[in-house]
Formats: sequence, structure tokens, C-alpha cells
Amino acid sequence: MNAFSKSVTMRFESFPFAQEMLGILSIGLLGLIGYLIFPDDLAFLTRLISVSLLVLSLDLVTGYCGVATLGQAVLYGVSAYVVGNAALAGIADPILLLIFGMLAGILTGLISGVLIARFRGLPQLVLSIALGQLVVALCNKLSSLTGGSDGLAGITPAPVFGIFSFDMYSRTAFVFSLTILAIVFVLLLRFVRSPFGLLCRGIRDDDLRVQMIGARVYPRLVIMYGISGAVAGIGGALNAITAGVVGLDSVGFERSAEALVMLVLGGANNLWGALFGSIIFQIFGHYVSSINPFHWLTLVGLLLIVVVVFVPRGLSHGVAVLWTKLIGREARL
Amino acid sequence: MQTVLSIAFDGIAYGMVLFIISIGLSIMMGLMRVVNLAHGAFAMIGGYLASYAMRGLGMNYAIAIIAAVIGTIVISIPFQILLDRRIYRKSDALTQLLHTIAITFFIIGVANFLLGPTLKSIPLPAALSGPMDIGFRMVPTHRIFVIACGVIVALLLWFLIEKTEFGVRLRASVDNSDMADSLGIRTEWIYAATFALAVGLGAFGGVVGAELMPIEPYYALRYIVTFLVVVSVGGAGSIVGAIAASLLLGFADTTGKYLAPEYGEFFFYLVVILIVFMFPRGLFGRAH
Repeated sequence: MNAFSKSVTMRFESFPFAQEMLGILSIGLLGLIGYLIFPDDLAFLTRLISVSLLVLSLDLVTGYCGVATLGQAVLYGVSAYVVGNAALAGIADPILLLIFGMLAGILTGLISGVLIARFRGLPQLVLSIALGQLVVALCNKLSSLTGGSDGLAGITPAPVFGIFSFDMYSRTAFVFSLTILAIVFVLLLRFVRSPFGLLCRGIRDDDLRVQMIGARVYPRLVIMYGISGAVAGIGGALNAITAGVVGLDSVGFERSAEALVMLVLGGANNLWGALFGSIIFQIFGHYVSSINPFHWLTLVGLLLIVVVVFVPRGLSHGVAVLWTKLIGREARL
Repeated sequence: MQTVLSIAFDGIAYGMVLFIISIGLSIMMGLMRVVNLAHGAFAMIGGYLASYAMRGLGMNYAIAIIAAVIGTIVISIPFQILLDRRIYRKSDALTQLLHTIAITFFIIGVANFLLGPTLKSIPLPAALSGPMDIGFRMVPTHRIFVIACGVIVALLLWFLIEKTEFGVRLRASVDNSDMADSLGIRTEWIYAATFALAVGLGAFGGVVGAELMPIEPYYALRYIVTFLVVVSVGGAGSIVGAIAASLLLGFADTTGKYLAPEYGEFFFYLVVILIVFMFPRGLFGRAH
């Protein structure tokens, strides 16, 4: 590393809130690009943002804590149902609904965490799947609360701050979701570099050593699950508010599996990886399935096989390596 | 009483199908530590091949089963090469999950493209299609056939693993693959043979269980969860564990579907959660 690039790096780091600024700018830029590419399909972008929040929440537990889960959609879907029911019960303010979703997510996350974080490896994976399937079966049965397989429809939120009403072109929904995503993402960028976030990375790398330095692993994983639930809950709430419908697919195994695929595609243990993974996967899916829905799974399967074979640690890691080779210094992700 | 007998019989039959398919996955996970989510896809390929062999080529049932098993093993070879070394033992669980989900997606997409989204039936021969009198009541002959298949598979596997030279090498590779390697056991060959065995068992189970788990493109994703659960509950790599888990979960699922069908798979997964809590390593799993 030569002196010049070092001084640039130093200056960049001494700038206050550099990461946060970068986060806000990137999401604003991505939103702008999205708006320019898909001006007629803002509903798709809104859905994409909602799912990105789910993938970010999965990154918190899977990427940062090493918890193997195929049941993350439970946190997302349960909040969506709670928000849907709250909206149908007459609460119309979108911000309030969002808070409802977040609280529901935190509660669901804490319950899942208490159960799932007790184990490691295969039992953990299977427990997360079983919990997910249990919730799906319950949602199907409790059709008075969830609408069963028909889903919960007719959610009509009031205008944001009483000014911006949700229009049929999804303009408000898009800007609203993008703003929420930017806020959550920036807070998470800070959070994962906090002492708590670093300790969680320690747990993922070697939980025995973390115990040896005097920290208790289990409570921290449960708390992390609660925070992850908050993020997933916000995503689920956004889905309910902007789409107006909540279906069984939002809690299902397929949703969880897709979220995991997006996370690993972008690169786990990295918020940028989670963000880019979900964006790339969903845009790819949007294009391919609009050309021919039957080939969607074939092509996505091929794409993923190529990624695993050539960039096994995810696209963001691949880009970082490439960056290092080109620039000749360590890329900081 | 009639209901109890029906539940018992259907539960055993369903459990045996689960056993035949899951034992392949269990052996693979026990030996290679690969969480192979593509196992359901191989069972599905077996079902498709048998359906094609009988309805397209007019083979009889027994030959179609053998053709399907061999055909599935042949089809699995490219995937085996792709999985080779990159995945075995060394890689982390997330990469394995991504890779095997990718293979599953790919196979579902291709199956959908080639054969369409409709159900493919595997016609049963006359000898297996009618009811059979077992003394105190009539039961479908096919159920008895499935149970017999499960018992035979269990016995043959036990013999293969406990009593043959191959079994000794296999167990050595499971216990300590580096040591087995240095003792002159060709672990790559053991891996390849085990992979073929696992895929073959999956395909066999897919064919004989097609009455209970109908063959269609999303079979691969729909049932893999169930197979994974059976392996985990039984303990990866354990034959006895897989039998116990399959029968237990087969009963739980059948009982739930007979007595409270509106709850779907609720009771099945409730039992799974309870067992995972009581026996995190599975009923007959070993500590690694």
C-alpha cells in the first residue's frame, strides 16, 4: 500500500459518518436508477425493497451470527399479517402500522430466537424449517385472522403524514419504502460495527472463545434475533401497506429459501452483499420470468451454480477481490 | 377401531416410503456432511423415468423400476462431478445449501420445460393394484408392497454396511476420512459409490412411493423438507434412526391428516419440534 492511497483511506475514514453517508447516497442513487429503468413498474420496485429488508434481517442472524435458518420468512409474514389485521381494524396511519409491524417482528424474532438459538448446525436448520411450517399450517387454519389460502385483502392505509396518499402508480409507496430502507440500512451499518455487532461476529467465528472471554452466547443470539425480527417486521409491514394484500406465500418455506439464496448470492456477513444480492436476484427474476416463466427456475439454477463454482463467497466478495487486484489495496467492505 | 387400523396401516406405508428416500440422504449426510437439498429432485427424476419407461416404452413395472434407478444414477453423475471436492466436507453449510438449492431449481425448471407441470402417474401392475385380504381386513396390495420394499431395503443396507468389505471401508471413511485415506482406502471411490447408492435409493423410493407422493415438477422442493426432517430426527447416518424417525413421523402425519385434516401438517411439525428439543442429535445420532 503506497503512502498516497493510505492517506486517502485515512482521510476517508476520518470523515464523520462516512459509511452512513455512503449508505444513504447509494440507496438514493439505486432508487433513482430503479425509477429511471422501471418508471412504469414501481410496484415491482416496492416489492423488491420489502424483500430486501427480509434479506438484510436474514444477514443479521445468518451472516453475522452463523445461525443456519430456513424459516426467516416467519418473522416477515407474521408482521405482515399483524399489520393487515391492524389496518382492517381501523388503524390507517402508515407510520403507526409500520411500528406495529416492527413490534410484531421483534416479538416473533425473540420467540424464534429463544427456540432456534439453542442449537447449532443441522438441528438448528431443521428446527427453523419446522417452526416455519408450523406457522404456515396455523396461518392456513386461522382463516378468520389470515384469510386462509385466499389471503388478507382490502388493506387501505391513510396518506403518509396525512399528505401523500398511496396512488395506483405506487409512487408514494415507492418513495416511502425507499426512505424506510435507507433509514434501516444506515442504522444497521452502524449497528453491525458496534461492540455488540462485533461480538456477534465473534460468536459466528468461534463461540467457544467468546464464552472464554466471559460473554454469554445464547442471550446475545436471542437479542440479535429480536433485532433481526424488527428489520424483517418492517419489511413485512411495508409489504402489507404497499401491496394491500397479505398471502400465505409471505410466511412460506419458498420465501425463506429464496431469501437465503439472495443472501448467499450477494455474500453473507456483509450488509452490502445482502442488499445487492436481493436486488440482482429479483431484477434477474423479473426479467426472465416476464420473458418466459417456465425457464425462470432453470436459469436461476444455472446462475447460482455458476456463482457457487466461481465466486463461492458471494458476489460482493468477488467484487472486493477484483477491486483489490485492480486498485492494489484492500477493499473495505 | 377401523380408523385406528387404517391409520396404523397407512402410517406404516407412508413411513416406509419416507424411509426408503430419506435413508439415501441420511447416508450421504452422515458420510459427506453435505446437506443435500437436491435429494428430492433425484427422487423425482426416478419417478419421471419410471413413468416414461412404463407409459412411453411399455416396460413392465419391475424393469421400469430398475431402469429408473439406473437412469437416475446416470443423470446424477454430472451433478456429482460438479459437487465433488468443492462441497464435500470442506465448504461451509451456506455454500452447500445454495449449491444444492441451485441444482434443485435447475432440475425443476428442466422437468417443467420437458414434461410440463402436470402430474405423471406410474401405472401399477394388476398384481399390486387391487385390495388384499390379510386375515382380518382388506388393505390395498400396493401398501403391502411398499412396506415389504422398506423392510428389504433396511435389511440389505444393514448387511451392506455391517457385513461387507465395502461397508467396513465406508464406516472407516465416515469415522475419519483422512486416516482412512492414509490406510489405503480410496475415499474418492467410496464417496462416488455412496453418492450413487444414495441417489439410487432416492429414485427407488420416488418410484414406489409415487402413489403417496405424486410426481410433478415441484415434488423436488415440496418434499425435501420432509426428508431433511426425517434425517435430522433419526440422526444422520443411522439406519435404525431413519426407520424409527420415518415410522414415527409417518404415524404423526397420517394421524393428523385422518383426525384433524384442516390443520394440515401442524401435528407433524409439532412432533418434529418436540423431538429436536429432546434429542438434538436425532433419536439414534452420534456425536461428531
